[in-house]
Amino acid sequence: MATTEETATPIGYGRMRRKEDPRFIRGQGTYVDDVNLPGMLHGAVLRSPYAHARILSIDTTAAKQHPKVHAVVTGADLEGLKLAWMPTLSADVQAVLAVDKVRFQGQEVAFVVAEDRYAARDAVELIQVEYDPLPVVVDVRKSLDADAPIIRDEPGSERTNNHIFDWEAGDREATERVFADAEVVVSQDMIYPRCHPAPMETCGSVADFDKATGKLTLWTTSQAPHAHRTLYALVAGLPEQKIRVISPDIGGGFGNKVPIYPGYVCSIVGSILTGRPVKWMEDRSENLMSTGFARDYVMRGEIAATRDGKIRGLRVDVLADHGAFNSTAQPTRYPAGFFHIFTGSYDLEAAHCKVTGVYTNKAPGGVAYRCSFRVTEAVYLVERMVDLLAAELDMDPAELRLKNFIRPEQFPYENKTGWTYDSGNYEQAMRLAMEMAGYDDLRREQAERRSRGELMGIGVSFFTETVGAGPRKDMDIAGLGMNDGAELRIHPTGKAVLRISVQTQGQGHETTFAQIVAEELGIPPEDVEVVHGDTDQTPFGLGTYGSRSTPVSGAATAVTARKVRDKARLIAAAMLEASPADLEWEKGRWYVKGDKEHGKTIQEIAFGAYTSRDLPDDVESNLEAMSTYNPTNLTYPYGAYICVVDVDPGTGYVKVRRFIAVDDCGTRINPTIIEGQIHGGLAEGIGIALMELISFDENGNCLNGSFMDYLIPTSMEVPDLELGYTVTPSPHHPIGAKGVGESPTVGSPPAIVNAILDALKPLNVKHIDMPCSPARVWEAMQGRAAPPA
Amino acid sequence: MTVNGQPASADAEPRTLLVHFLRDTLRLTGTHWGCDTSNCGACCVLLDGEPVKSCTVLAAMAGGHEVTTIEGLERDGALDPVQEGFMAEHGLQCGFCTPGMILTGRALLDRNPDPSEDEIREAISGQICRCTGYVNIVKAIRWAAEHERSATAAQGA
Repeated sequence: MATTEETATPIGYGRMRRKEDPRFIRGQGTYVDDVNLPGMLHGAVLRSPYAHARILSIDTTAAKQHPKVHAVVTGADLEGLKLAWMPTLSADVQAVLAVDKVRFQGQEVAFVVAEDRYAARDAVELIQVEYDPLPVVVDVRKSLDADAPIIRDEPGSERTNNHIFDWEAGDREATERVFADAEVVVSQDMIYPRCHPAPMETCGSVADFDKATGKLTLWTTSQAPHAHRTLYALVAGLPEQKIRVISPDIGGGFGNKVPIYPGYVCSIVGSILTGRPVKWMEDRSENLMSTGFARDYVMRGEIAATRDGKIRGLRVDVLADHGAFNSTAQPTRYPAGFFHIFTGSYDLEAAHCKVTGVYTNKAPGGVAYRCSFRVTEAVYLVERMVDLLAAELDMDPAELRLKNFIRPEQFPYENKTGWTYDSGNYEQAMRLAMEMAGYDDLRREQAERRSRGELMGIGVSFFTETVGAGPRKDMDIAGLGMNDGAELRIHPTGKAVLRISVQTQGQGHETTFAQIVAEELGIPPEDVEVVHGDTDQTPFGLGTYGSRSTPVSGAATAVTARKVRDKARLIAAAMLEASPADLEWEKGRWYVKGDKEHGKTIQEIAFGAYTSRDLPDDVESNLEAMSTYNPTNLTYPYGAYICVVDVDPGTGYVKVRRFIAVDDCGTRINPTIIEGQIHGGLAEGIGIALMELISFDENGNCLNGSFMDYLIPTSMEVPDLELGYTVTPSPHHPIGAKGVGESPTVGSPPAIVNAILDALKPLNVKHIDMPCSPARVWEAMQGRAAPPA
Repeated sequence: MTVNGQPASADAEPRTLLVHFLRDTLRLTGTHWGCDTSNCGACCVLLDGEPVKSCTVLAAMAGGHEVTTIEGLERDGALDPVQEGFMAEHGLQCGFCTPGMILTGRALLDRNPDPSEDEIREAISGQICRCTGYVNIVKAIRWAAEHERSATAAQGA
């Protein structure tokens, strides 16, 4: 099935306007900074100006004397509460407020609580800190040198270097054998630079500790409110039933809002100390300089093939920069996330990857910026290597991919690093993208333009993701299994409330999840209220990131709705005076086999559930169910992307002229929302490929701490986007859906970089590291290496 | 100042930014705060009908002027066509940039009732959206232009 438009269906799957929009277009959303409680105070954080320095003294006297200040908290104060350090999501610890020394520029040193946000900032300026600067290491390639300063030498630490972990996947020896007798081997050093999710809403929280009831309510910018609640309970020793975490409307997350940040903890401490609600909202510089960055992988890739273009093996060695604290959000067993999906969409003989994680004097992380745990880095690596191989073999990059794809009959396909791909028809997607792009015509146009000295490039990428984490036997985060729940209640009048454990940051859960219920039960989506983002009101689950909402909680929703349908059958049977075995289902009603007129709608059944006197004794008088979904496997969305760029020969400026994206996310629920997700992810991919970068000078000063310096695509850089799709359902997901939110960010950067290198082919440029800014492209065009990120 | 047609008056420190005055003093939280450098436009409001970034306007500077925020667009229970357009064309996702984008769209249509795609892109180029890739924001403003024009034509007929 490969079409470009589908018809709307009145209920269930199909295009419909989003249910969340009416409040947003009126400015009536409730984001964390919109929460305003009686007596609320405001917090501000004092941050380190140094990337590495010992703290000699902190003098808070003047700050405390400020007439509007209610509390000043330092690391020493937190030590007394055993809260100076907090666990990260990756079995490390992170300083809430620095005690012994600061380890990156922008690190949290003190917290002020004052009557308004301006006074809090004023008082921060009154705190005097004496620092003794230490040597700094910001280059991951120097971090393991014998003379590198040791970053994590805090009391109790026995570290003698900056090494965090070594991790491998695949078969090293088999891969070495393949490379030893390969006809062609191509290798390339490449950097996936540090970038930042930079959602439009920064991170923040409002903590309200009620001394009388002992209840802590925390409004916070969290993509994982349940996981956060449990971690707060474990760390702070607060009873979990007395903690309510609310993620209200979230202004974009993209992975940035998965970790727990020191500011959240400080707002809680502030509220406990002052007995009043405390709001903390970071500003944009704080967001860019201190919260979860992404990527920062320095990679050396090698690909082996036959002379006629059969790819045989792939290997990669990675240095992963995790910053000053390992607060990356990954499943515990996988310190490099799902990077070992790096064999991509190709049927290889052998593959091996090794990832070494290290500390540097940079902000901690990294988070998966619109990505399922390092899949983005993996796809970039393989898609660049395949293009480098195509150049070496003088083959068309689309042809080379078509020649090496995993074939449809090979699914479920076990790759060489331990993944079992669920389903796919890669050639179909690739051919559709080529058809939409007019690939052959583009190549002809390119030849013509080249003859005139113009630099037009056509870039291809094909990605396979692994999302929807995940099976309980394989993965957890901080010990918490990665399963998600859904609870569905049908009220007497046939209207429903669905409570889910995942949380929207713009993805449209309130619409999509209502549509899943609609499809399963025949209750119109307008009649299904979706509740999310409040731990007091929803079942446990690990939250929204890694494209896991639909694969996990969406599956839970379908399973729960089917439980309701089964229960409705028993009630309908009683109402119809028939045996349940004699009933048949059509969307929205149970009827007696062979007598279609004789039936009950789900709404009639719901009313009967609460009002009928004829229910059997073993049927409880309600119509509700809940379930927690444990996926049997991850899902494997994929896509074929083609990008057309024009490079200005005089300036190196890259103009993305066209972008064609064919995605296969399995069963499609709301195509409008899917397209919106793809649009947004492609824009972020354009940003990553061309302009987004967090860089540092040798002293560890962050050079991109505002939107003046951290560039994000505007409407002038993002072209109109051309989308197509194929549908290959996931065989193990209840409705066949695979998840789509991150596909475009994963797949687009290599397409863009491949297009740029394709444009520069006449100049014999082999590789440029992202972001491909005009300066870097121009340098490469002059035959000079671009400066390292 | 006049905010959404109503007189608004309150004491504020001279340094108070308009965005904070609107949000914290008047409790009009539809105007958002996304950066401090006038780059993102989440704080866009109309000052005498022209879009401005309220993080770079002092509240005192708005004294004596007319401020329109997102809360002021809906009139007598009727949504502005630009608001309708954003719903019809899926011009928003997280909703954080949306008020500013809608107000800029409104100001554009007030001076150019039939803008081209390029003109729309230029009008919103000072504002950042992280979710939509701008494609559907452009369509949403076009939707509003077309519906306003047909409504005007119907009134004229």
